[in-house]
Amino acid sequence: MPSLKDLKNRIGSVKNTRKITKAMQMVAAAKLRRAQDAAEAARPYADRMAAVMAGLTANSAGSDTAPRLLAGTGSDQKHLLVVLTSERGLAGGFNSAIVKLARQHAEDLRGHGKDVTILTVGKKGREQLKRDYGQLFVNHVDLSEVKRVGYENARSIADDVLDRFEAGDFDVATLFYNRFESVISQVPTARQIIPAEVPEGEDAAAASSSYDYEPGEEAILTELLPRSVATQIFAALLENAASEQGARMTAMDNATRNAGDMIDKLTTEYNRSRQAAITKELIEIISGAEAL
Amino acid sequence: MADTMQFDLVSPERRLVSVPVREVRLPGTDGDLTAMPGHVPTIVTLRPGIVSVLAEGGAQSDFAVTGGFAEINADSVSLLAERGHPREDITQEIFNEMMQDAHRKKKAAQDKAEQHSAGEDIVTGAVKLLADMEALGTHIGLDPRQATIPD
Repeated sequence: MPSLKDLKNRIGSVKNTRKITKAMQMVAAAKLRRAQDAAEAARPYADRMAAVMAGLTANSAGSDTAPRLLAGTGSDQKHLLVVLTSERGLAGGFNSAIVKLARQHAEDLRGHGKDVTILTVGKKGREQLKRDYGQLFVNHVDLSEVKRVGYENARSIADDVLDRFEAGDFDVATLFYNRFESVISQVPTARQIIPAEVPEGEDAAAASSSYDYEPGEEAILTELLPRSVATQIFAALLENAASEQGARMTAMDNATRNAGDMIDKLTTEYNRSRQAAITKELIEIISGAEAL
Repeated sequence: MADTMQFDLVSPERRLVSVPVREVRLPGTDGDLTAMPGHVPTIVTLRPGIVSVLAEGGAQSDFAVTGGFAEINADSVSLLAERGHPREDITQEIFNEMMQDAHRKKKAAQDKAEQHSAGEDIVTGAVKLLADMEALGTHIGLDPRQATIPD
């Protein structure tokens, strides 16, 4: 049985932990707000881009002269997985969820005899994937110095990916990130960015045919496809940032509550031992007195 | 027909401007054009240049953009630019940054052409972009030669 002093120290240390997790939760809440605002502000551009792209791709998907970014290379042998994770831990299952999904994909693809390469963004994903897939890494993007993800970050990642595509390093690129559903729910998501996905349905084609294009449709498409890749990566980065803070907030809330429970339990134990000690002393005094 | 339309200038990060306007003059890749209410729905790509917006009262405001594209509808114009600044906010510093970007693109294009992984046309494109940027700078009274050219 631990001594009273030990118990007291233990309670003190758990109390300190609770203070830290509580503070982290509040910081995450503030950062979440900011991340959500940023994601909100980026929406008009992404929506417009998506709408225009939908029309254009629906029209030229079938044609022989469609750009390679849309039509693909004609093979799907080589896959690039772009795994977006965070730079910091203590965010619950945030990073593990993405890594797990990416791992699943990688295993699946390798099971089918495909070649897989991995580009990691964020330290945490890299650490987790290193042991099994270290030899498949082609690049790592470090965002630890970046306070707020900007479009520039997304564009440099996109440029890197596009260069590799042009060099023929891969045929299909898939983005892995956490989609922000709510503070308590983030959904790990895989999204194919190259070749561009063609939206289903007649609506998109109908929407685009009402437009005049200057210069021609395909010239515009060729110019917009790389931008669209950057926009999608940017959107994923923003979603990821919001998800990270949401996950951290929930994780820290749980940690704070657990610390509270633990303190209660330890305090009960402490009081019980103290009472036991007092009773024991009393018994000693009484039996001493009776012996006289 | 309404005599104004909605003008939105959006960058990837946020919406920069959203006002009702009478007309918008755009620097299209194939030549300048003016959009007024009732314009036929059009999507145009832009070269670097000045976008002039005539507000309801007739006040003109100019924005410098580094390319992008515009979606023109009968009652709205949405301009999607990677970088857009009100003309009066453009300092030599911001312009230098834009110039450096253009120089970098030209360099990258030349490298690619040298390795024969791309055709000459992307170099032509990048050189044109750079020239457009220079013209933009001269137009608003900034010196394009002040930008340090990255190696």
